[in-house]
Amino acid sequence: MKPAPFEYHAPETIDEVTGLLAEHGDEAKVLAGGQSLVPMLALRLTRFEHLVDVNRVAALAGFARENGTLVVRACTRQRVMERDPAIAAAVPLLARATPLIGHFQIRNRGTVGGSLAHADPASEYPAVAVALGAELELASPGGARRRLAADDFFVGTWTTAAEPDELLVAARFPVWPARSGFAIEEVARRHGDFALAGVACAITDGRAGIALFGVGSTPVRVRAAEEAWLAGAPAAEVAESAVRDLDPPADVHASGSTRTRIARHLVERAVTRAQEGQRVAG
Amino acid sequence: MLPVEMTVNGERRRGAVDARRTLADYLREECALTGTHLGCEHGVCGACTVLLDGEAVRACLMFAVQADGAAVTTIEGLGGPDGALSPVQDAFREEHGLQCGFCTPGFVVSVTALLQENPKPSETEIREALSGNLCRCTGYQGIIGAVKRAADAR
Repeated sequence: MKPAPFEYHAPETIDEVTGLLAEHGDEAKVLAGGQSLVPMLALRLTRFEHLVDVNRVAALAGFARENGTLVVRACTRQRVMERDPAIAAAVPLLARATPLIGHFQIRNRGTVGGSLAHADPASEYPAVAVALGAELELASPGGARRRLAADDFFVGTWTTAAEPDELLVAARFPVWPARSGFAIEEVARRHGDFALAGVACAITDGRAGIALFGVGSTPVRVRAAEEAWLAGAPAAEVAESAVRDLDPPADVHASGSTRTRIARHLVERAVTRAQEGQRVAG
Repeated sequence: MLPVEMTVNGERRRGAVDARRTLADYLREECALTGTHLGCEHGVCGACTVLLDGEAVRACLMFAVQADGAAVTTIEGLGGPDGALSPVQDAFREEHGLQCGFCTPGFVVSVTALLQENPKPSETEIREALSGNLCRCTGYQGIIGAVKRAADAR
């Protein structure tokens, strides 16, 4: 047994989960799909006295369309995003981003909320949420709820604005108009690895979203590039603008300047693809 | 210790586990099903892949207690009761899809899941589906050939 000992909790309601989080504070961690947390426990990069398994909370599973919003409950498997045609119809970017996550065996367990709450800066869903203007719904002990814009939710590497006793219960993705185009592009050393750099983008009449990932401590929304794109600037110019203020981290996988160069190419390609998609949709 | 009850290869199993015992360790040590191999034990190599309610998952990335109430199929559960090879196992043998054999259970389980969902995968789909399993003998060409053969045999 590689992980350090912990006490296991398997609550069945959201209130029980937040109650446990309130009771145990920093010593408790939510266990969703476990595809990031369990490796970290196995390698003893982290340890918790209490794991609160949310896999048996029925209210955290599935998704629903509420008028102009696709509400994906937090413990919905990534595989559902990949397979269900209703997802591709409502939020195409979510369906297209999913196959880039790990491998299918990982996506069978991995959850949408887990990926968002884990907030790895090189992961896909946080960038998708930021590019599309999604909101994240948090539950507190006692049943109070609040919604945060994705822009405000990601505050640093593996760090979100959620309080220790708050549970991410759903991600609310706006359904963009029919005449929209979307694209997600990334470069990874091997299929399924975290991206060296990537970009998720969306465009429709009067609105554009561009979020880079793998190039900062959070997904990086590039507003100046969004405005240039909306104003009709060529893809190369949009890409140049998107990377102008980037200062990506260097590590064993790539230097900062390599990441910037990759990001510039990816933005150019993604913006071009999204525009083509919009043209076809229109 | 926590009580746990699951169906493993069609057989009801009841036991008690430490919370931190992974499903992979439970299968190997409590159920004596050592066909599920452990390579990296952190989700990279795919050697421990099993079917959980029909879906391929990493048995090292979940705790046994989380499989309470589930149906698990391991490599031992894929063949016939008389020891006959499954079509995927047979194709691996025919195409020389294994060398040392350490990674083979994970590959066979992953490919079984792939073909259940997508009986006629393209070459690209095959390669993508295999990307979550590592073979240190680098016998990938034979493995890809085995997937094609198994798909053709269906």
